[in-house]
Amino acid sequence: MKALFGIALRSLANRRLTVGLTIIGLTVSVALLLGVEQARKSAREGFTQTISGTDLIVGARSGPVQLLLYSVFHIGNATNQLSWQSYEEIAASDAVAWTVPIALGDSHRGFRVMGTTDAVFEHYRYARSRELRFAEGEAFAGVFDAVIGADVAARLGYDVGREIVLSHGVATTSFLDHGDKPFTVTGILERTGTPLDRSVLVSLEGIEAIHVDWQQGRPPTPGQRVSADDARAMDLQPKAITAFLVGLESRVATFGLQRAINDYTDEALTAILPGVALSELWSVIATVERVLLAISACVVLAGLIGMVTTLLTSLSERRREMAILRAVGARPWHIFVLFMLEATAIGVAAAVLGSALVFGGFWLGAGVIARETGIHLELVAPGQSEAIIVGLVIAASALAGAIPAWRAWRTSLADGLSIRL
Amino acid sequence: MPESAPRNSGAVTLRDVRFAWPRAAEPVLALESFAIERGERVFLCGPSGSGKSTLLGLIGGVLQPGGGEVGVLGTDLARLSPAARDRFRADQIGLVFQQFNLLPYLGVVDNVLLATRFSSRRAAAVGGDAAGAARDLLAVLGLEDARLLRSPVTELSVGQQQRVAVARALLGAPGLVIADEPTSALDSDARAAFMDLLFRECVRTGATLLFVSHDRALADGFDRVVELPALNRAPVPA
Ligand SMILES: Nc1ncnc2c1ncn2[C@@H]1O[C@H](COP(=O)(O)OP(=O)(O)OP(=O)(O)O)[C@@H](O)[C@H]1O
Ligand SMILES: [Mg+2]
Repeated sequence: MKALFGIALRSLANRRLTVGLTIIGLTVSVALLLGVEQARKSAREGFTQTISGTDLIVGARSGPVQLLLYSVFHIGNATNQLSWQSYEEIAASDAVAWTVPIALGDSHRGFRVMGTTDAVFEHYRYARSRELRFAEGEAFAGVFDAVIGADVAARLGYDVGREIVLSHGVATTSFLDHGDKPFTVTGILERTGTPLDRSVLVSLEGIEAIHVDWQQGRPPTPGQRVSADDARAMDLQPKAITAFLVGLESRVATFGLQRAINDYTDEALTAILPGVALSELWSVIATVERVLLAISACVVLAGLIGMVTTLLTSLSERRREMAILRAVGARPWHIFVLFMLEATAIGVAAAVLGSALVFGGFWLGAGVIARETGIHLELVAPGQSEAIIVGLVIAASALAGAIPAWRAWRTSLADGLSIRL
Repeated sequence: MPESAPRNSGAVTLRDVRFAWPRAAEPVLALESFAIERGERVFLCGPSGSGKSTLLGLIGGVLQPGGGEVGVLGTDLARLSPAARDRFRADQIGLVFQQFNLLPYLGVVDNVLLATRFSSRRAAAVGGDAAGAARDLLAVLGLEDARLLRSPVTELSVGQQQRVAVARALLGAPGLVIADEPTSALDSDARAAFMDLLFRECVRTGATLLFVSHDRALADGFDRVVELPALNRAPVPA
């Protein structure tokens, strides 16, 4: 057995060009499979860690996934807003410990602006229990103060003290600027890996102030303009917000309050449990992930077929080798094992190289990708699923090796000692 | 089992052996009796296609006769399991083919040592320093240049390759050495030198030699020349 192992390795080394190419092909496919799995986990991790510690998210009547998407992920737009009275009434109920109102609809150079209160710095939690922290500066205090996320600061090169102009709407190129009422950056958040990294946070009053002279979503005519200073002096309580986050005194009240909000009589509202909506949303995304995984599994299959082809092709030129081994006393199953060993060795090499490629690549490439695209890939510690993938690839290559091994076994039985070319 | 066989039995004893290849209508071999004494050097000749290699396959235990008895060194091969036949071949028979005897990816010495890889008997016979024994044997066969021993076997001349094959066939003192046209790829000088070495080493180790060729010019020096067509009762295609 030990002798066979040495013979198998030497034989592989002797055919290093074809074997090497086969290993490379299989390595790439294994790396693809592991990479997809890694991206899947990393996406899921970032995804499920976006919001935590919040018991309910409340918005105008809509589907749970849609509400989650626009309120937390800043994807898409709310079809309706909810009134300030409803917000105040719910926020005042006994079960509620805190709320974080969210007013969306403006942007700054493609980054979403989120009107809120400083409760967000106190109560927003991500990645289980992390709270927002300032890399620089502090929370907004005045009406025209702004706090920017880490990506906004990095991409636009902003520092504390910088003046910024918000745009109406969320399109990247908006022609409707709130140029008459600039904001000043007072703080930059530490990176969170959540959509807040790509957001500009201002007070609800700030959002109200820039729209105070607008009429039904249209900019004011020159005569109706209200200056920033005048706006500051006005009553800036918003009439409506987009959504709000709710923290409860006791989790026990969650379902009761959710039902009460969903049955709210003055206004059609929806309250969702973030965890439930997240997993619902994930199940949608997971389908895509599963398709990707299936595609990369097919690529591995193609790699294995390539390996079987190489081994089968080598078979005819190796009949001599098999006859020699038979002559010195090798049993037909030795020949079988020899081919199985070679296939397994190729599988092991590809699995090891593929893993090294993926995890080394992630390790080296994450920084570059973050710098170039702002997408932060977290290397998720390889776990059971990677072990299963690697194990399956090795097992599959051994199994695939059985095809040429069986052919070799039969040939060596039929050829006996005669050397045929 | 080898131990239970009578001690004075011959090296090879065939009785009423018949063999047909699968899917072949006619048998290629039908031998009433054929025997080789221990220590005897036999030259087996016959035209191409007359079944010489097939006969060696029977004696080597790789092919199974359709009937009759194949005894090698006192062992009835038919009574052995396929596994035991393979082990018996590894232990007792050294084979030299026409050409391409060596595994291209093993070195000269490792090719010789293949003889001990599947046979604990021959591994035990050469003792602890198997590589040393292989090198000694190679030296006796005129292959002692250190550079030559280190070079890939594919760079050896055909004559040198055949001598390496003889070293492998003889290592660990098997009882029977079978050579199937080992000289057909050699020029006449190399052929003569090769035959000398083969004879000398078989005598030295006491091995029985069964040498197959269709070239009767090589029959000099053998104890006996056997014409396969004369023995064979099977209708052989011309
Ligand atoms: N593996 C095989 N399967 C089927 N038929 C075979 C096989 N090997 C040999 N034969 C047939 O058996 C007959 C004898 O072949 P064999 O190789 O024994 O001849 P030979 O005497 O060794 O010839 P040569 O001198 O050319 O080597 C031939 O007719 C050949 O076609
Ligand atoms: Mg022949």
